[in-house]
Amino acid sequence: MTRLSGQNLLLRGYVVLVFVFVFTPIVTSFVFSVNSDRFPTIPLGHFTTHWYETIFADPDIWEAFRVSALVSVSVAILATFIGFCTAYTDYRYNFTGKALYLSLALLPPTIPLVIMGLAMLALLARINMSGQIYSIVVSHVVLCSPFAMAVVRMRLAQINPDLEPAAWNLGASPWRAMHEVIIPFCRPAIASAFCLTAAVSFDEFAVAWFVSGLNKTVPVMILEILQGNTDPQINAIGSIVFAISMSLVVIAQLIFFRKTSAPATTGI
Amino acid sequence: MPNTSEARPLVSFEGVTKHYGTVAAVHAMDLDIYAGEFLALMGPSGCGKTTSLRMLAGLEEPTEGEIRLDGKRINEIDSADRDTPMVWQSLALFPFLNVRQNVEFGLKMRKIPSRDRQQRAMEWLERLEIADLAERDISQLSGGQRQRVALARSLVTEPRILLLDEPLSALDANLVVKMQGVLSRLQKELGITFVYVTHSQSEAFAMSDRVVIMSQGRIEQIGSPKTIYRNPTSRFVADFVGSNNIFCGTVSKEGATLQVNTSVGCFSCSPSNDEKIFTMGSTLNMVISADLAQISLTTPQTANQVRCRFISEEFVGSIVTVFAELENGADFKVQVRQRDLADFGLKAGSVFYASWKSADVHLIGESA
Repeated sequence: MTRLSGQNLLLRGYVVLVFVFVFTPIVTSFVFSVNSDRFPTIPLGHFTTHWYETIFADPDIWEAFRVSALVSVSVAILATFIGFCTAYTDYRYNFTGKALYLSLALLPPTIPLVIMGLAMLALLARINMSGQIYSIVVSHVVLCSPFAMAVVRMRLAQINPDLEPAAWNLGASPWRAMHEVIIPFCRPAIASAFCLTAAVSFDEFAVAWFVSGLNKTVPVMILEILQGNTDPQINAIGSIVFAISMSLVVIAQLIFFRKTSAPATTGI
Repeated sequence: MPNTSEARPLVSFEGVTKHYGTVAAVHAMDLDIYAGEFLALMGPSGCGKTTSLRMLAGLEEPTEGEIRLDGKRINEIDSADRDTPMVWQSLALFPFLNVRQNVEFGLKMRKIPSRDRQQRAMEWLERLEIADLAERDISQLSGGQRQRVALARSLVTEPRILLLDEPLSALDANLVVKMQGVLSRLQKELGITFVYVTHSQSEAFAMSDRVVIMSQGRIEQIGSPKTIYRNPTSRFVADFVGSNNIFCGTVSKEGATLQVNTSVGCFSCSPSNDEKIFTMGSTLNMVISADLAQISLTTPQTANQVRCRFISEEFVGSIVTVFAELENGADFKVQVRQRDLADFGLKAGSVFYASWKSADVHLIGESA
């Protein structure tokens, strides 16, 4: 018993250490974002919201947030739609080459981002589509759709396979059954996929840097500021970005697990 | 059903075959289903009963043959346009809709206005005595309540035929008996056709007018429960019904009373099913229903007897099934009333005699 609780304590300590390791840089960045000193040194100066005030006063930064928001919402809509369709075709149909279809659909996140960004730039430049906001959207949709697909697929794996035929049997056309049964059943997964893809897109730097041209997203902006000088404004922007994407991910998790943890009713 | 043989069937299967790859799930099936009858499709798993039902529901398409509903070919008609609602083994209730919304589903698909829909759904919920659960989530219901929701959902469009795919298989034994009563009464009140797929003999016999016994994609026998029970036409059916003792033998004396030689002795049989003439030397299966055999401790005054060694008994209420072994190791079953059995005081290994009247023997030709 004592041995067990000893192990338990050790395990808890380990988990705490992992979290400390992961979150220290972020916390540090946040601490220096409200610190009055020009350079990140200890001892700390006094508390200030000055750096936040300066970034909110900077129209370039507002513009970067606007681009990022526009991109991530567009990406979330498109990627979730494509991800849902891919997951549904996987659920509903069997066809030759399905394994290939699935592995291609899941491929993009396994490609190194720099390679992906370079390839996207090469392609988009050739067809005269680079340097626009939609260039970032297109590239991010490619990157994010597999995440959306994975989330929806997880939900579809829980569905009672009789539900859709039952809707047909009760007079629903295939489209109607999709609308009345599949989509309501997948709604938590769809919402969750939306938040997740929005977060991935909002955070993504490498691909956006290659294809964005003059339309800087927030991560691209951060790098540009960093290249010039070390400025506590970076800490302020970083903290905001962290807060936004973390909230999106947490919301995604909450929606998915709250709505789907109730036993998937199979009727038995 | 009596008097329906001349009427036009509501549903006909004509030479219906269903292949999955090279496997034939259903083979050249011919079956007529009449309006207003309770028909059970029964057989072991994999016999093709569910596939047949799904073809009728429009969820599988026959590879060959024709299915007609009301004289009209329906092979190519989508399930949505057939009006052949089904009660699923898994019930397939929609978990994101409440009870009333589930029942309304079929009406919604038929574009019935919301108020009518609600009213008709409530009528069915009342009829099935679950009106007070109308606004509940499916996950809050018990098994029996879900069963009723599934029934209401299928019946709300007032179809002429209801398909049921082992709907009671997930329920407790006492609930099964109760739901059998509900189904039986409902079918009689509504006067519509029920096609009921089951592997359970008790469910099929308790409710249906006719039973179709299937095996390996083919129909073995169609008849009333009593016919299936007393006059099985094949060894498979006699075996499947479960309470029969079957011995293979050859005819050693022809006539109104036959003599049949089997591995457990020579017996005389005066079968009532005289439609088939068994000639000298022909092989046949001799069927002695367990409930038509008697037990005695002393040698009975008849040639139709076997000496048994008691193995065990299965108590199911007033009737007990006695399992015994014959001298050559073959099994023998006898069903007796529990209070009669108590008088014999049988223990494992006890020897007793089982006997039967020669008129109670049922004979099945070997070819069947």
